[in-house]
Amino acid sequence: MMRLLGNAIVRMGSVALFFVRVLGQCLPSLRYPRLLLAQIYNAGARSLIIVMLCGLFVGMVLGLQGYDLLQRFGSESALGVAAALGLVRELGPVITALLFAGRAGTSLTSEIGLMRATDQLTAMEMMAVDPVRRVVAPRFLGGIIAMPLLTAIFNIIGIYGAQLIGVGLVGVESGSFWSQMQSQVEHRDINEGLIKSLCFGVACSLMAVYEGFHAEPTAEGVGLATTRTVVSSAVLTLLLDYMLTAAFLNS
Amino acid sequence: MGASPTAEAVVDVNDLHYAIGGRSIFDGLNLTARRGQITAVMGPSGTGKTTLLRLLMGAIRADSGSVKVFGEDVARLARGPLYALRRRVGMLFQNGALMSDLSVFENVAFPLRAHTRLPEPLLRRLVLMKLQAVGLRGAADMAPAELSGGMARRVALARAIVMDPELLIYDEPFVGLDPISLGVILRLIQTLNTTLGITSIVVTHDVEEISRIAHQSYLLAGGRAAAAGSPAELLSAATPAVNQFMRGLPDGPVPFHVPAPDYRAQLLEQEA
Repeated sequence: MMRLLGNAIVRMGSVALFFVRVLGQCLPSLRYPRLLLAQIYNAGARSLIIVMLCGLFVGMVLGLQGYDLLQRFGSESALGVAAALGLVRELGPVITALLFAGRAGTSLTSEIGLMRATDQLTAMEMMAVDPVRRVVAPRFLGGIIAMPLLTAIFNIIGIYGAQLIGVGLVGVESGSFWSQMQSQVEHRDINEGLIKSLCFGVACSLMAVYEGFHAEPTAEGVGLATTRTVVSSAVLTLLLDYMLTAAFLNS
Repeated sequence: MGASPTAEAVVDVNDLHYAIGGRSIFDGLNLTARRGQITAVMGPSGTGKTTLLRLLMGAIRADSGSVKVFGEDVARLARGPLYALRRRVGMLFQNGALMSDLSVFENVAFPLRAHTRLPEPLLRRLVLMKLQAVGLRGAADMAPAELSGGMARRVALARAIVMDPELLIYDEPFVGLDPISLGVILRLIQTLNTTLGITSIVVTHDVEEISRIAHQSYLLAGGRAAAAGSPAELLSAATPAVNQFMRGLPDGPVPFHVPAPDYRAQLLEQEA
């Protein structure tokens, strides 16, 4: 028990140190804008299909569940607001982060882990090139930039999914669906979602590059690191989500 | 072979001690690689040959003793000067360690792009010249995944020499090569040494191959240099450890059997 706790503390410290090291290399890594663009494409564009698909389904479920709940109080016309607020403030950032960890995070970890296993990272160091600057920092930044964009797309598709079910299937009036959404959703709500998705982007990208960089240089080690990426990203995302939500509701 | 035995020492390892996890790897190692020579470092598996390379490059620090490269103690260097020193050293990894997301051309261009601001046409010519030297100019546009093991190692060699290093370190350059590729690599090591005057350190356990080209050989055993001298001197050495390694005898000072409980007792213990 004590040993588990000790290990957890050591790990947190090691992640924090790595975080500082990566942050220090972020600015110098902008010297290679092409690398950063490639990583935004990698993390962002390649997660697009899965994010859009899941956004659609989550929106459709929200339409059904929201309608079922709201009509008990005779306020089904508020479905648009409910779906939009639920997506923008909560479901959008969280589910996108979880999807990102599974799709982009794992591929980051295994890519960096394989570079470690095949001595590519050591070779860079021997060529006097800092692998944190050349390999890790662009991937980290790419993930942070991609996350809010993916979240925005998730939200938009989700709202249309809710509309598809709410207006198209169960018969909420289209005018009230959209007009209530327009009048009730405020800048504050959008900002909350944006800040959340940025924080999740930092957390998920950091865990992915950390696990890859510190992976045991074997096939088994890379596999384990990939698993750890998903687990710790998910836990971290939900923990951060609670803390951020509490902070926003307080302010 | 031409290089004089008293040429200046490029690498000087002095009374090196290094232990990991309580197990001693080096216990008073002395080793010198002189300018313009090919120095072979041989030894059975597990004698810390790769650890020695990591110590030479300043990736890990010795417990005591000194490792000097170009006269500088690598353990005392900060990151900046250490990186500056590494630019003067080329290293060939056992599996090539080519960047899997870059073409052969870009792999060789990698150190140039990282450390210089050469105009593109000049850079292109330099890279093509190095690829020509290893006979792979025709493979410039291929991906590392398309190369055979021997070709990958030649590309890695082109990359290792693209910055015109003064010292080249080879980690097990002969492992897993067919006889043709092996001959190619062997000749390349020798050509680079004689034509460019590059000091070379070759870590290997392929006695026969390296003995053909090395000026000076070290045999590692028990954490120190068990023998040193020209390959001919080592071959004629009388000590049992050297003799066993140079002639590839299965049993000797390095025992065939890993220490184990009594054979007979262990076989019979199930029945008891």
